[in-house]
Amino acid sequence: MTDVATSHDAPASPTAVAPLLTLRGISKSFPGVRALDDVSLEIYPGQVTALIGENGAGKSTLVKILTGIYQPDAGEIAIDGRPVEFGSPHRAAQQGITAIHQETVLFDEISVAENIHLGHAPRTRLGLIDWGAIRGGARKVLASMGAGHIAPETRLKELSIANKHLVGVARALSIDARIVIMDEPTAALSYKEIGELFTLIEMLKADGKGILFISHKFDEIYRISDRYAVFRDGQKVGAGMLPETPQAEIVKMMVGRSVDQIFPKHVAAPGETVLKVEDLSHPTEFDGIDFELRRGEILGFYGLVGAGRSEVMQALFGLTRPSRGSIVLDGQAITPQSPADAVNAGIVYVPEERGKQGVVIGLPIFENVSLPSLKRTSLHGVLRLKEEFDLARAYTERLDLRASSLSQDVGTLSGGNQQKVVIAKWLATGPKVIILDEPTKGIDIGSKAAVHQFMGELVAQGLAVIMVSSELPEVMGMSDRIVVMREGRMVTTLENKDLSAEALVSAAAGIRGEDA
Amino acid sequence: MSVDTLSSGRTRRGFRDLPVPLVVIALAAFIYVTAALATGQANQISLTGLSGLLQRTVALGLVGLGQTFAILVGSIDLSVAALISTVAVLASYLMQGDAGMIVPAILACLVLALVVGVINGGLVACWGINPLIATLSTGLILQGALAAGFTYLGGRVAPEFQALAYQAPFGVPLPVLLLAVLAIVAWFVLAKTRFGAHLYAVGGNPDGAKLAGLRVERFVLAAHVIASLGACVAGLYLAARLQSGTPWIGRDGVYDLESIAIVVIGGTALSGGKGGVLGTLAGVLLFASLDASFNMFGVDAFLKQVLRGAIVIAAVAVYAVRNKGHVA
Repeated sequence: MTDVATSHDAPASPTAVAPLLTLRGISKSFPGVRALDDVSLEIYPGQVTALIGENGAGKSTLVKILTGIYQPDAGEIAIDGRPVEFGSPHRAAQQGITAIHQETVLFDEISVAENIHLGHAPRTRLGLIDWGAIRGGARKVLASMGAGHIAPETRLKELSIANKHLVGVARALSIDARIVIMDEPTAALSYKEIGELFTLIEMLKADGKGILFISHKFDEIYRISDRYAVFRDGQKVGAGMLPETPQAEIVKMMVGRSVDQIFPKHVAAPGETVLKVEDLSHPTEFDGIDFELRRGEILGFYGLVGAGRSEVMQALFGLTRPSRGSIVLDGQAITPQSPADAVNAGIVYVPEERGKQGVVIGLPIFENVSLPSLKRTSLHGVLRLKEEFDLARAYTERLDLRASSLSQDVGTLSGGNQQKVVIAKWLATGPKVIILDEPTKGIDIGSKAAVHQFMGELVAQGLAVIMVSSELPEVMGMSDRIVVMREGRMVTTLENKDLSAEALVSAAAGIRGEDA
Repeated sequence: MSVDTLSSGRTRRGFRDLPVPLVVIALAAFIYVTAALATGQANQISLTGLSGLLQRTVALGLVGLGQTFAILVGSIDLSVAALISTVAVLASYLMQGDAGMIVPAILACLVLALVVGVINGGLVACWGINPLIATLSTGLILQGALAAGFTYLGGRVAPEFQALAYQAPFGVPLPVLLLAVLAIVAWFVLAKTRFGAHLYAVGGNPDGAKLAGLRVERFVLAAHVIASLGACVAGLYLAARLQSGTPWIGRDGVYDLESIAIVVIGGTALSGGKGGVLGTLAGVLLFASLDASFNMFGVDAFLKQVLRGAIVIAAVAVYAVRNKGHVA
């Protein structure tokens, strides 16, 4: 077991040291998506490397490759210059790589001490687990981190998220991990807790660990990191020493391309107000949300993951109960208690988790499309197959769905085509407001374009669309107006005219001085 | 347009499991005919022999129909055996051999089943209790109440009621006709009605169904009521067949586990959302042919249990391979 109390000398000059971990030419593809394309990256001992990029840039794929969850299609990984292979998460851990996730992957029902020692528990001479050594070791590691307030006997689920992170770090120390990956570790932490976490990161640095730090928050990145690597669309577009690189330059690398070339321009002719939301609040997720949605417009909701955008939409759709505030649809106040109420009122929701929530895998395409409209296609409760087929055909053809037959299991379709099925399903109900939550997340470029094209057609026909998206080009390319949310509150509502990507990113990330 | 081959090649609710029932029925027929020929009892293949075979399917078949609904919606009902016993005892107690009490007794039993179904469904759908635990518990409560109360309950069904179980218009036993009619109704509901379509969706993906605007709890509740009603009809049939109910009829028949077994053999996924009653009927027929064959061979009952178990495992394994690990 490492003696974590002793900190080694900090490396002399950050540029002089050899990299601890080296990635060369890593590529990884999924059906329809090239998640990582010939990516190289170094992680140095005693330094924090910040991994920066928008959602979908390839960061999580990289983390999964580093932790042995995915295998790369090409490329090599080396530790201390020696090539290694991570065939499984277990192998990656053996090589000294550990990850602390946004939602910890520790075990809620067992004690802190067991979590720290899971998989490498000290044994007695008889081969039984040495409980005394486990508790003692845990106490020592925690104390060395200044986290002596956490009792080793406590069950993990009784701890706050911040303390769970501390346990994660303690585990990293106790297994003598050399590379610690922190995937948005501060997402759920308070300001004070973030400070404590950063003290710990400094400690890990002093101990010679290589740290990969993933965050969307620029102030944190600048506070803790020595180096950066910017990813965009599965490629590394820039890397270097952090203090020397201004924020604006990094934002430019993240955003990259010119936005309006890719997105079909739709003619916005916003009509009267369809939906008026006032002071909508939730006990924990969001507070004081006000906006109006007009016929024939796309209202974008932009913000970081966890900003509370999806939660607002779920309240509009009757999945969660707001604590106060009003929702007025076509001049009538509504209080949706369930999705059924919302659908009846004319609000429909295309969820982010398509496979889990959007379609019913195992049912054919046409049954998925007709599911909420069966009242119309049946007579006295008895199904009329022809009507059902006609309905499904009419709406899937409008979306240019690619399938061999409408009787095909929806589970055999690609993500993009599944998304078309979900949208077709809702259009068939004749909604007033359609909410799209990350409508093109994880789907291929071609289908993305089709979904975007179709969104333009929807508003042209007078529908009102709310689009939640974390993809900057999409938000800027499609929205007529953009609501920016941060930490459960509305930061601002912007007309999408001559808007700079930098201003939007700054507003969402809370960078001062650049707010529009 | 890419979606032009639509009107041809329809697979449809209830039809999509057609191959499975056919295969299972063929297997059942093969076992039965082979046993009859091998033991020189070719007369078993006559109309009389077959109607005897079908008669064996009635009780389990009735329970299985209901169980199919519970499993399709993603739940399960372990209380059916206890409910069968309770219904059989209650029917005999209320009738006391009096033909005038037949209708009131049947009504009382249906009401009891309705209550049990609503309790099961409520525990599972509204309180979110695991269906295994919820229905196991209601079953235990019923069985316990029955054991405690049976010393005071006694009696026998009315002779006219008993006669119903033995009538055979056109050579087909009346109970077999009852099973056939109820199976057709169940098939129609699942394959041809809006309720059925929604039930498949809820079983296949409860979250997705909820987000599609379905009131998921109502379907789970309804499926449990149907499961209880199936057990109720089976209990009434057994009471008629045996003249009076005993508190152990359901337990001795292992109707809880066997009903689940035949549903699974019939290709209905334990995870819900896939399958149908045709498969369940095929499953019960397979079990009945197996029983009949063992009787013809005169082999003892323990070996029969072994073979039943092996068939369940084989069936589940075959489906698991076909669906790449997505069944039970």
